Amino acid sequence: MSFLRKKLDDLKRPFGKGQKWERFAPAINAFDTFLFVPNHTTRTGAHIRDAVDLKRTMVTVIIALMPALIYGIYNTGYQYYIQTGESFTFLDAFLHGSWKIVPMIVVSYVVGLTIEFIFAVYRGHEVNEGYLVTGLLIPMIMPVDIPLWMVAISVAFAVLIAKEAFGGTGMNILNPALTARAFAFFAYPTYMSGNKVWVSEASNVDAISGETILGTLAAGGNVNYSFFEMFQGSIPGSIAETSAFFVLIGAVILIATGVGSWRIMLGSVLGAALVGFLFNLWGANALMSFSWVNHLVVGGFAFGVVFMATDPVSAAQTNKGKWVYGILVGVFCILIRVFNPAYPEGVMLAILLMNVFAPTIDHYVIQGNINKRKKRWAAALKTA
Amino acid sequence: MSAGISTRRGATINLVGEAEKILSKANPSKTFALKPENFFGLVPRLMVKEGEKVALGAPIFHSKSDPRIVFVSPVSGEVKEVVRGAKRKILEIVIEAKNGDAVVHEVPAAKALDRETVRDILLKSGAWPFIRQRPYGVLADPDIVPKAIYVSTYASAPLDVDYQFLLKNNIQDFQNGIDVLNHLSDVPVKLSVEANFLNDFESIKGVDKLPIDGPHPAGNVSVQIHNHSPLNMGEKVWEVRPEDVLNIGKLFSNGIFSAQRTIAVAGQSVLQPQYLKTTIGAHLSSLFEISGIDNTLQNRVINGDVLTGKAVALDGYLDYFNNLVTVIPEGNQYRMFGWLPFMDNKIPSLSKTSLSWLFGRKGYRTDTNMNGEERAFVVTGEMEKVFPMDIYPMQLIKACMAGDIEKMEALGIYEVIPEDFGLIDYANTSKIEAQEIIKEGIELMIKEVG
Repeated sequence: MSFLRKKLDDLKRPFGKGQKWERFAPAINAFDTFLFVPNHTTRTGAHIRDAVDLKRTMVTVIIALMPALIYGIYNTGYQYYIQTGESFTFLDAFLHGSWKIVPMIVVSYVVGLTIEFIFAVYRGHEVNEGYLVTGLLIPMIMPVDIPLWMVAISVAFAVLIAKEAFGGTGMNILNPALTARAFAFFAYPTYMSGNKVWVSEASNVDAISGETILGTLAAGGNVNYSFFEMFQGSIPGSIAETSAFFVLIGAVILIATGVGSWRIMLGSVLGAALVGFLFNLWGANALMSFSWVNHLVVGGFAFGVVFMATDPVSAAQTNKGKWVYGILVGVFCILIRVFNPAYPEGVMLAILLMNVFAPTIDHYVIQGNINKRKKRWAAALKTA
Repeated sequence: MSAGISTRRGATINLVGEAEKILSKANPSKTFALKPENFFGLVPRLMVKEGEKVALGAPIFHSKSDPRIVFVSPVSGEVKEVVRGAKRKILEIVIEAKNGDAVVHEVPAAKALDRETVRDILLKSGAWPFIRQRPYGVLADPDIVPKAIYVSTYASAPLDVDYQFLLKNNIQDFQNGIDVLNHLSDVPVKLSVEANFLNDFESIKGVDKLPIDGPHPAGNVSVQIHNHSPLNMGEKVWEVRPEDVLNIGKLFSNGIFSAQRTIAVAGQSVLQPQYLKTTIGAHLSSLFEISGIDNTLQNRVINGDVLTGKAVALDGYLDYFNNLVTVIPEGNQYRMFGWLPFMDNKIPSLSKTSLSWLFGRKGYRTDTNMNGEERAFVVTGEMEKVFPMDIYPMQLIKACMAGDIEKMEALGIYEVIPEDFGLIDYANTSKIEAQEIIKEGIELMIKEVG
């Protein structure tokens, strides 16, 4: 370890204070701090600090994403092989999926991190770890057959417009990963909806259509999947959203480590279940009579609620606000699904909509606290 | 007795090196120092010159804004040096101890005391600075009658002192001090006591006892005031530390300024953590010669606790108010892949991304490493978990950063002082320096609102 440390210190020398490449220090520091937690000691404030830092928090989210990602990779291959009718093993499916998805992840990280590094150097701060999660989320919520250049443009749009334009990590209003997806959705609709994009190579194979369940329902078709298939995730859909089961494992990791807000997750489930249940009673069309239980496991609902709605920067920040925000995400998700068949996947728009309203929700929660304080002041003045 | 205060939010960080309950005398200190920066918001005006002889209790400097508030020498001796920093700011006034006289004040009999006399004696004798005022934690204004006076005998910070033990042998002086303070306010002194130790203070009369129960920062006076009778705009309350109540009691029994300090020398790097009796401003070596320090380590010496104290050189002096000196190792080493979840679980962590809760029973060993770098605000909800007040800490911090006075006021700046954010400094993921930000916010409030 000390040998590696010495080499790194030698390497970093030209980036030191007053040296030739000082401006680019954030770039080299980003790599260095991935190997070593720095030797910085406390200067002002508390003399001891918690072991937790943003890197650890973000890496926890990445770990929580792994089950859904690995299953998504497998499912990509699985959907491909059942379409072509070839016989296949688990490994075949996994390799096919990796061959499609790994390049997407690489493109997302390379494009996104390049922009992040440039802004870190330009603004003179360290590189924030937030993009590690965003960069993985973006490919996970895309249709598998989307061209790589579209991934690259969506990433660039999300990082530049949704994040850096607002001041960088911690300042953004919208969840960057969802912004990337929304951008792709509206800019390249033919690649983001229909029945040819959800299954790998579907457009080259004249077989059964690979429509998503929500798409089928919106078109008035019948769903031929069992609840178990929908829950387990062997269905067409965006890469990692299909398996409620593996998303649930991620949710358990996030809640157990305290990294993801259980208030938001539970609120969303309650909101969606309630509205779904009410629509079941109404039952005017196929989407309305689609069981509320099924609503919770199909489409991106589970994935969106667990990994995107809980993004602490774009969600509500107060505990009370998190409940309101969560419930409304669930409510709007089902509303959009049912009332707007043009957008069969409601969760993306529901979360983006609530991202916009999160500061307003917090404003009212905090205003409540302020009013309480001012009322107390007024009462004290009266008695004095 | 008032209704008890029970808080749940917060954390008791159990560190190794707690002071053993043995009280010995510290070695006599050859030099003493007074540091004007120990008094928040004070601009000092020097009243002595280098080389001048001073008696115990002789004025050394006074407050620029109120010359009645004088700060006196804790010993008799000679002014050895006035240490100045940038812009000639006075950092320390060093006094060399020599045998000499003490200034004796005339104190009327207890029955003849009234508010005016008590105030004048406290001001003249130099004991007034023992009283600090909320909001802001500044020197008390002699011209007001406070809403209440709080004395907290529950010190909840890591390794902090046990006031039951510290006051045990001086109960009479403590009671005298309480009686004196009772003249200054219209309501009895609020004496906060850890709920489990209520019996130890049974004999104290003339106080309104507040039983306190909960993890740190439940011992902080801000938390107690907030949960007992929150401070409204325009209201003022005073705070006196327990040993200073005792010092005031002594002053009123013999007329001589008392600068007694019982110090718990604690922390991982202290060889024999224990209580030592000394005097305000004593040289730290007089403590460490007895307690011993592990010199094989590079250490940080802290006047106060690890969350809110002030770093001081190994050959520095005691601060004015602290009853605790903590010594822990510096943490200037790298940790490979230390950012991975569940790595280095021996480092205490309130986050569940670490298994450190498994290792806390015998106390944690920790150092001054930042355990990461400063980042933007990302994680929400974690500050509230260690902040047992009905105040939104993150929003208040942001209001202070923006210098938005109206917002700071509305969000509760009057009810906090920087030390209340010690645990937030410690626990927050983004390594935001909350105490520093709040301190700057309060300085802005004093400048703009007064």
